[in-house]
Amino acid sequence: MKKYFSFFKMRLMAGLQYRAAALAGLSTQFVWGGMEILLYRALWSAHPERFPMGVEALAAYIWLQQAFLTFFALWQWESELADAVRTGAVAYELTRPMDLYGMWFARALALRLSRGLLRSVPVLLLGAAVPAPWGLRLRVSPAVFGLFLVSSVLMLTVVCAFIMLVYALTFFLEDSRGIMMLGAPLADLLGGGIVPLPFLPAGLRRVAELSPFGSMQNVPLRIFGGDIAGAEIARAMGLQVFWAAALIAAGYAVMRAGLRRVCVAGG
Amino acid sequence: MGLYFHSLSLHIKSRMAYKASFFLECLGQLLMGLELFLGVYFIMDRFGEVGGYTLRECALCCGVVLMASSLAECFGRGFDAFAHVLRDARFDRILVRPKPLMLQVLCAELRLNMLPRIAEAAVMIVWGAGAVRWTAWKAAVLALMVLGGAAVFFGLFILYAALCFFTLEGLEFMNIFTDGAREYGKYPFGVYGRGVLWLLTLLVPLALCQHWPMQYLLDRGPWWYGLLPLLAPVFLVPCTLAWRAGVRHYTSTGS
Repeated sequence: MKKYFSFFKMRLMAGLQYRAAALAGLSTQFVWGGMEILLYRALWSAHPERFPMGVEALAAYIWLQQAFLTFFALWQWESELADAVRTGAVAYELTRPMDLYGMWFARALALRLSRGLLRSVPVLLLGAAVPAPWGLRLRVSPAVFGLFLVSSVLMLTVVCAFIMLVYALTFFLEDSRGIMMLGAPLADLLGGGIVPLPFLPAGLRRVAELSPFGSMQNVPLRIFGGDIAGAEIARAMGLQVFWAAALIAAGYAVMRAGLRRVCVAGG
Repeated sequence: MGLYFHSLSLHIKSRMAYKASFFLECLGQLLMGLELFLGVYFIMDRFGEVGGYTLRECALCCGVVLMASSLAECFGRGFDAFAHVLRDARFDRILVRPKPLMLQVLCAELRLNMLPRIAEAAVMIVWGAGAVRWTAWKAAVLALMVLGGAAVFFGLFILYAALCFFTLEGLEFMNIFTDGAREYGKYPFGVYGRGVLWLLTLLVPLALCQHWPMQYLLDRGPWWYGLLPLLAPVFLVPCTLAWRAGVRHYTSTGS
């Protein structure tokens, strides 16, 4: 376990070096969130009765989404790992005395955390400075906030497990760009990236909430805003645990099968 | 001009050498456009209208902006990837060649994978056209909107490249205007409130090619709103000046 932790720490430190990039991202994320808020404000003033979720919950959703974008952005992955099989770099990776899945998982997690942590704080502060009801406010009880934190950890696990499954599939497909190109828009749609899931038509919303993508940003962001409560939280988090376990198991199995047949061309 | 067409044909040949990856990229771009439209569709499905615009009207708007940005990206991508050109000191080589600098950067890249997205935008425009009572004059205004919008996006790419001379790396905040404008241009900019509308009219004149002429197309504004896209290319002047300043400021990074 210590090995994985130090590997994780190493990647985290490396990621935290890019402070200027984080600062540049800040203005982008704030404007992006602001435009979204302006749009929904126009919708709200015309048809408040057709809103499927509270204004405050929606505002919290949008600001948190912008602040923690890198935590769940599926279109960001490490080409170094996705290309490892094609370039043969996987041979070096295999010489390390660690389990490949665990090592890459730690790496994927560290990448997301390091990119997101620096970026999030200024966006959260700016979001909090926006006047009510469109600003970011903490309205839920400390206990629910605790659930939000746990759910965020589960979200990161599901996201990384999904990415790991894609990496593992490259053992068979060699080129992962195809999956990502088809997967990223699908994840955006079903994960609540295009519009928050409550805004989807009822049938599609149901599919989205049950899909692995619905166990990503959707759950913690809606817990924080108070959009889901009580039994709904329990059900959503249960589903998160299920998808985390299922995706890890699938990724692990695919990777093992892939490692048995991988054949690295030397040179 | 002959040189430019020659380089275009070279790009087409080189892309066709890797057909599979080309089609994959095309598909990715198509899905991106679809995603854009779905965003409008879901909101319209629930609310029926946004800021007084119907789904068809927004589709027209979305198509115009998507086509304008895709055209600019197709031909002006050389400027967008400019940070790499500077970092590898490839710009030194460009400087020693006895041909105009901008032409060479233009020739450096052609994004053929934008073609399906342009076609997709055309489909949106055709479908959205049902919302308009057409006259020949209005069709001309529509063409002006697309071309004017492409000019503004193109200006943004030049500006982006010009800033790279000073920062040597890509500036993420420029995405607000390039990717962001494409994303949020799916609704007429007036939807976002007066502040945003005036900013995009006077500073980055995208609204001149989108919000204002749309009013004319939908018979909600005077005829001269339809002429506003003609003013949009003025935006290229400050962008070109910034580029000139950048070239003067340039000192090689290479060895």
